[in-house]
Amino acid sequence: MSEELKAAVAAGVVGSQGTFRSLLESVTEVARAIFGAEAASIFLLDEETDELVFEAIAGYGADTLLGHRFPSSTGIAGWVLVTRQPLVIEDVTEDPRFAKDFAETTGYIPKGLMAVPLLHEERALGVLEVLDRPQRTQFSLVEMDLLGLFANQAAIALDLLRRARHAEAVLASSGEGAEVVARLATTVENLEEEQRDAALRMLSGLEEVLRRNEGG
Amino acid sequence: MAQPDSNTDPEPHEELRPAWSLPAGASADVALSVEWPGEITRDWAWGGSTGKGVRVCILDSGVDAEHPLVGHVERAVAVSLTPDGEAVIADDTEGDLCGHGTACAGIVRSMAPDSDITSVRVLGAGFTGSGDILLAGLRWAVEQGFDVVNMSLSTTKRQFAGILHELTDRAYFRRTVLVASAHNMPVESYPWRFSSVISVGSHEEQDAMTFYANPDPPVEFFARGVDVEVAWTGGARIRCTGNSFATPHMTGLCALVLGKHPDLTPFQLKSVLYLTSSNVGGGR
Repeated sequence: MSEELKAAVAAGVVGSQGTFRSLLESVTEVARAIFGAEAASIFLLDEETDELVFEAIAGYGADTLLGHRFPSSTGIAGWVLVTRQPLVIEDVTEDPRFAKDFAETTGYIPKGLMAVPLLHEERALGVLEVLDRPQRTQFSLVEMDLLGLFANQAAIALDLLRRARHAEAVLASSGEGAEVVARLATTVENLEEEQRDAALRMLSGLEEVLRRNEGG
Repeated sequence: MAQPDSNTDPEPHEELRPAWSLPAGASADVALSVEWPGEITRDWAWGGSTGKGVRVCILDSGVDAEHPLVGHVERAVAVSLTPDGEAVIADDTEGDLCGHGTACAGIVRSMAPDSDITSVRVLGAGFTGSGDILLAGLRWAVEQGFDVVNMSLSTTKRQFAGILHELTDRAYFRRTVLVASAHNMPVESYPWRFSSVISVGSHEEQDAMTFYANPDPPVEFFARGVDVEVAWTGGARIRCTGNSFATPHMTGLCALVLGKHPDLTPFQLKSVLYLTSSNVGGGR
């Protein structure tokens, strides 16, 4: 990768992880609000360790569970991930093993949950769960469709986050220079127009001086 | 029992004949064993049947055989991969790792109480390799010659589509009926889209015997899948929603029909289901 291309990629990548994470958090917040649920979480599949990781949480567990991990193919979330099938279950506290497993991963035992796989193109990226929506009426297929729409949005956000992480890792492994250039490019990009023009003129001057030195 | 790698071509096809045609005077060779009535009614289709003698396979998360709603489980195996990626089928000692397989087995049992249920666990060995495990589990089920296989699962990986297609076709010609959950999300997934399987989505009604033929495929039938009380691990009963619960309702119906008419081919069985569905001739 040329230095110029690296800098261009870096300018797009640095800081974007935070933005994509905010997008994921926003999806969980909206899902929680729309369904009137106690909590909503997004799990990312870590392919290297074959684990599901709490990536964004709204409501219960938001302070404590972020980053927690568990095996990718057990429990409700594991089933949903492997089978690619959404699932809604209620009265789960009647299942002692489920309650125990859930309490171990979250410290919280829900009465009901909706879980949907996060699919992007061919990949299964993770799972979205909505916990304890009010059980006013029988669950309807309209709600299932709504859950699917949120899952789509979450899958796109999760894919962006995954790509940004990968790109940052590549940049980090390609040396300190690329990172400095990336930070500088991001800073310039965020300036007001007049300041940005001035900064670009200064950088062009600097580049010219450096090239002369390189040549001499 | 070790199985060969699931990504290679499945075993050779059945005997090859010089010509796939019917010579003059050989019409007796294609006499059908099922006497087809003038009108197919539900009573003709499964009246008096309990699914006795029908071998049903639940390809899922395992089955809790201790659950009173499940009853006797004929056999339980689990599929795993060796470090070299070879699929291994071994007796399952862990039971159900999620609850879903138990739920499916309980639904089939409630519909076809005397059917023989076998569990093939394709969950629990990690997400990585789960596509290979699914294929190996399905291949084993087809080789064992089950009458009906319940598949409340799918894969989105295109690399598996071709081999899955071959497997589902092979099942179709060997008279193993595959009943697969449709996917209600906007992604391509398999095998429910293949015409050699019976694909199932959900309706919202509460009657287990109400099912609809869909005039707008690829989803072919809608069965009860909303707010269904099901068996779960730990002896529990919970209420669930999803196409994955509609699927075992159709599996149970298939077992009932095959219990009464064991010689039906998957094509004939699908025709019977169409003719007896609630929006076609189901009232009769």
